Amino acid sequence: MLHAESRTQGNSPALSLCGVRKAFADVIAVNGLDLEMARAECFGLLGPNGAGKTTTIEICEGLTAPDEGQVELLGLNWRNGAGELRQRIGVQLQETQFPEKLTVEEVLRLFRSFFRRGIPVEESIQSAQLEEKRGARVGTLSGGQRQRLAMACALVGDPELLFLDEPTTGLDPQARRHLWDLVDRLKQAGRTIILTTHYMEEAERLCDRVAIMDHGRILALGTPQQLIASIGGEHIVEFAITGHESGVGVADVARLYAIPGVQSHRSDAGLHQLSVRELHTVVPRIFAELDRQGLHMSEFRTHSATLEDVFVGLTGRNLRDE
Amino acid sequence: MNKLQRSSLYQLSIMRFRLTLREPEAIFWVFVFPILLTVGLGIAFRNRPADVLQVGATTSQLTRALAADEGLTATTMDEPSGTHALATGSILLLAIQQPDGVVYKYDDSNPDARTARLLANRAIQTAAGRRDAIHAENQQIHEPGARYIDFVVPGLLGMNLMGSAIWGIGFSIVEARQKKLLKRMVASPMPRWQFLASYLISRLAMLILEVAAFLGFARLMFAVPFRGSLWQLALLCVLASLAFSALGLLVSSRARTMEAASGLMNLVMLPMWILSGVFFSASRFPAVIQPIVRALPLTAAIDALRGNMLQGMNLGQMIAPIAILLAWVAVPFAVSLRIFRWR
Repeated sequence: MLHAESRTQGNSPALSLCGVRKAFADVIAVNGLDLEMARAECFGLLGPNGAGKTTTIEICEGLTAPDEGQVELLGLNWRNGAGELRQRIGVQLQETQFPEKLTVEEVLRLFRSFFRRGIPVEESIQSAQLEEKRGARVGTLSGGQRQRLAMACALVGDPELLFLDEPTTGLDPQARRHLWDLVDRLKQAGRTIILTTHYMEEAERLCDRVAIMDHGRILALGTPQQLIASIGGEHIVEFAITGHESGVGVADVARLYAIPGVQSHRSDAGLHQLSVRELHTVVPRIFAELDRQGLHMSEFRTHSATLEDVFVGLTGRNLRDE
Repeated sequence: MNKLQRSSLYQLSIMRFRLTLREPEAIFWVFVFPILLTVGLGIAFRNRPADVLQVGATTSQLTRALAADEGLTATTMDEPSGTHALATGSILLLAIQQPDGVVYKYDDSNPDARTARLLANRAIQTAAGRRDAIHAENQQIHEPGARYIDFVVPGLLGMNLMGSAIWGIGFSIVEARQKKLLKRMVASPMPRWQFLASYLISRLAMLILEVAAFLGFARLMFAVPFRGSLWQLALLCVLASLAFSALGLLVSSRARTMEAASGLMNLVMLPMWILSGVFFSASRFPAVIQPIVRALPLTAAIDALRGNMLQGMNLGQMIAPIAILLAWVAVPFAVSLRIFRWR
């Protein structure tokens, strides 16, 4: 019976949100969210601090009740399938401190005991690469090791759906790369993963699809490639204008925009950003145009467009700005 | 792993037990402190011969008369140095020879000085030839069971049961809430009641060690009596500990910070330290507040423990304190389950 049921549920999306809203006092944390995630997908919620990512993921995890809207996971919902769902999902919260005086193995044994089925504690220690720290107390672990322990606790029940809330925030670059490798292996094993991050390189590197969030709304949704393509060019040209032969220099934006190959333009505190498709043909034209206007450049650089540029293009702010 | 080790209730309880044992301060407060307190009180209130009181007299004749009383030691001194000795407290009373008799100089607000006045007058009158009208003899009480130490040990046991339950449970729950561990726990399929029950179970496991160490010490050092049945005493300890654990859960069910929690704990425990008769009988308080004093769980616990240990009463004779303790288990536990803040 249960078996047949789970087979019919096999076609339902891993997760779907429909019209979800949540307000805390006077702050609207999540403002009408619709999302659908397929199975075996790694989905990223990208946005600055305060964008509503954590509230969204905690609504999905059943820790926060939405004011409005429907949430469905694996064909079940939190109102009447909570017990079943808890067995089938794995959760890593943003800032859990496990008791400092327990050892790694004791913590994992404890969490394993909550699940009807799952992987042996031994296997979870190996998969988080904590073999050498098995007998070490949590208080002696580094930040990266603690995050891997949190990940191991999320995995010990062999979850169909894994939630990771800012798994690498506060880690040094090496520990972050280490954790990314761990997530990569989970993806290859076909697990459905939902993660939040405010590191665009993390979203680009790990996620099949990304939703860019700001102020409780989704601004853009797609694969990292689609999102980057949506700003119209794969390259970003940045330059600053210092002066004119006859005084202060102000670029004629309309004429910059008219250069063939320039897809979009924005300027911020004297810094101009153009997204372009082909650097080798467009850059000489930009130089020629600025020359024609009699303007001097102080800085000039180019980089491949990233999700950061998508976010800047959508909001006019940087991801890390507060 | 066997079946027991796979059970989440076992894992939660053993985790709590381990965390308690790995906390050196907790071990001090639970095991060492009550023993130190018992030793201190045992020394302070040990049975010793009644104090010999220091007095002074202005003539050697008076001094001899005073020294004849075994409750006094007397020194001869002139009046100015006697007054100085009174002021510095090295004597309690100065007997001054006058032409028409004796004057006693002493502070009548000091009970010891008043006693010295009675003894000195008796000694001087006896030396002058007064005889007792009625023959009298003394019978002194020194047997176990009627000493202060016998009275205070059940009180300290009750106080210790309260402190270890409320502090032990309260602080660790608030810490778990503060560190988001509670939230992480409820994000897993852990049954919530098991989390709270694990505190009670590990508390009871600690209780066996803690009560055995304390009462064993009191028995060996001071020969404190156990007149009631031991298994009933054990049952009373379990009941009292459950009541205080439930109170500890209630106190910590909402607090988000350690400061708030410790304020609440002191608010709950302070009245009981004062009112519940740990160091002296609770019946000394005015009749108006007796209903409140009697309703406190610590009063009920100490009454029951004293009834068992000192008077050898059985459970049937202690219905009232037992009913009060049962109510203190049920009500706070039910309330805290309803209002508990899991995140």
